[in-house]
Amino acid sequence: MLGLDKKDTSLLIIVAILTLLAPFILNPFPAGSAMAQFNAGYPDLMQRFVIFGIFAIGFNILFGLTGYLSFGHAAFLGVGSYSAVWMFKLLSYNVIPAIALSVVVAALFALLIGYVSLRRSGIYFSILTLAFAQMSFALAYSVLSNPKFNLTNGETGLQVYADDPQIFHRDSLPDMPHLFGLSMRSTYKLDIGAWSFDFNVGYYLCAVIMMVMFYLAIRIFRSPFGMMLRAVKSNQQRMNYTGLNPRPYTLAAFVISGMYAGLAGGLMAAMDPLAGAERMQWTASGEVVLMTILGGAGTLIGPVLGAGFIKYFENIFSKINDTILHQWFSFLPDGIEDFMVFIVHPFIGKGWHLTLGILFMLVVIFLPGGLVEGGQRLGNWLRNRGKRSGEAKTKHEPAE
Amino acid sequence: MGILEVKNVGKRFGGLQALSDVNLSVAENTVHAIIGPNGAGKSTLLNCLVGKLIPDSGSVMFDGQSVLGRAPYEINQMGISRVFQTPEIFGDLTVLENMMIPCFAKRDGAFELNALPAVSQQKDVVDQAMHMLEEMRMADKRHMHAAAMSRGDKRRLEIGMCLSQEPRLLLLDEPTAGMARADTNNTIDLLKQIKQERDITIAIIEHDMHVVFSLAERITVLAQGTPLVEDTPENIKGHPKVREAYLGESA
Repeated sequence: MLGLDKKDTSLLIIVAILTLLAPFILNPFPAGSAMAQFNAGYPDLMQRFVIFGIFAIGFNILFGLTGYLSFGHAAFLGVGSYSAVWMFKLLSYNVIPAIALSVVVAALFALLIGYVSLRRSGIYFSILTLAFAQMSFALAYSVLSNPKFNLTNGETGLQVYADDPQIFHRDSLPDMPHLFGLSMRSTYKLDIGAWSFDFNVGYYLCAVIMMVMFYLAIRIFRSPFGMMLRAVKSNQQRMNYTGLNPRPYTLAAFVISGMYAGLAGGLMAAMDPLAGAERMQWTASGEVVLMTILGGAGTLIGPVLGAGFIKYFENIFSKINDTILHQWFSFLPDGIEDFMVFIVHPFIGKGWHLTLGILFMLVVIFLPGGLVEGGQRLGNWLRNRGKRSGEAKTKHEPAE
Repeated sequence: MGILEVKNVGKRFGGLQALSDVNLSVAENTVHAIIGPNGAGKSTLLNCLVGKLIPDSGSVMFDGQSVLGRAPYEINQMGISRVFQTPEIFGDLTVLENMMIPCFAKRDGAFELNALPAVSQQKDVVDQAMHMLEEMRMADKRHMHAAAMSRGDKRRLEIGMCLSQEPRLLLLDEPTAGMARADTNNTIDLLKQIKQERDITIAIIEHDMHVVFSLAERITVLAQGTPLVEDTPENIKGHPKVREAYLGESA
């Protein structure tokens, strides 16, 4: 279907079902119950899941296929956000021109940075991209924000003001990002018994775009171009002596992944019309590297899983506080309860990075292929167990 | 006029004159061996032919066109394929994919943004690659990771990859180095078969005299960066200068 083989089609269908039903899947606990804090099905977080999913899918096209580790991909995210907000300021709150411009500007930006950075490989490439991203951050944070020429609005962040031109804005349109009048923030709440589910326009826009981008990524992975990118990772020497020029291949991969990042940045601005320089900082670049490796670099679904995993931790684990811990351990005797809370305390709330760090180490050491490898091993183990018990039965039968 | 004409080529690395005044002419459709003791400049010469090194002086002409200053991939697209001393293949890719990459390079050139159709839909390339795998007698291994194969198989795959580009000149850099006797003989047979079945010029750098004398029609002896003699294998065997420079060591 759609030019994919059976396996990829079923993967795409699974991803489609999961994203479309996310409001249900992510809200398994009744609202108001003690477990409700583990519900992730609110619009803000669901939007972040899919937006960072797009970011990581794009990053994986570069890192997973060619092995070039960019430490500056957040620059494209930031550029995308700024472009989108500028479209809001100049044209209107419609998200279509905003998203389109963010992709185009990110592509041009990636072409420039990639052309220079790809002259080197390995650690030197990583450092060059990091340097470019930090320069972009500095530009956005201060240089391009002065009274004469204010492109980024410095540390306040770029936002839409009442006196902005917005030449296509009409009074009948919502005063926030919208798709031809359909506000990104409009949410339909469905209450079933004790459960409550949110269906948000912004989320579904991002989800549909993510599915399209995921589909494109599958096509790229399975195409001759994708095979050449894997060849770049495997043996550039052989490639050169096989009449192939690795440079344009890596540059094309870099620009494509930059466009994915720009799209993610544009969508972030479309969900919340604000763009700040911190979006370009090196920690944001590092985050997408973590997502990709945690999920499984070079696999199709890995980066999406990694993005969801990290965003879930960031938003859910960071919200657990000592009061909640006391509730959990309340069945224990007082002294032991306090002791348990004392032990767990550093790993929750603001300490969620610690938990994430430990998980990341465990994954990298024991599952170098990321969560996807974990899933495969689990699947193999279950299958082998099934087989072995089957074999035991057949062996047993003749004896009877 | 040979298909490959090397004229007065010199190359210096710091204080070492690796090549000086090298003249070499490889005639079309022959097997030409370049031999010489260690450090004679054989590999330097080869690297000058494929664009890895640029000689300080002289000219290298392939089929009437200069190769100097061109990148390795451009020289390859002109029709020169190179087999390395240790097999250079795409270890992370399957054997079939390995064979398809040179077929794509042949069909689409040095770069083609062919990002949407699936590889499996490129029937012409798949067929071509399968055909070559069959010729190399490794079609049954097509789904294997190339890195998992034995050294002899890797060598055969690499030669097959070069051949699938239908090069006019095949350069082999010690193709049997580090191989067991049986594998060496297999490689000799394979090269003989290749030569019989197609119009191809082969230039081979080799240490193993058994390989050289079983394959070569012309031999150039290189010593201390200059060609000593060029002649037929029969004449080379008894040549006093060669004995002195090369065979003399072991005799």
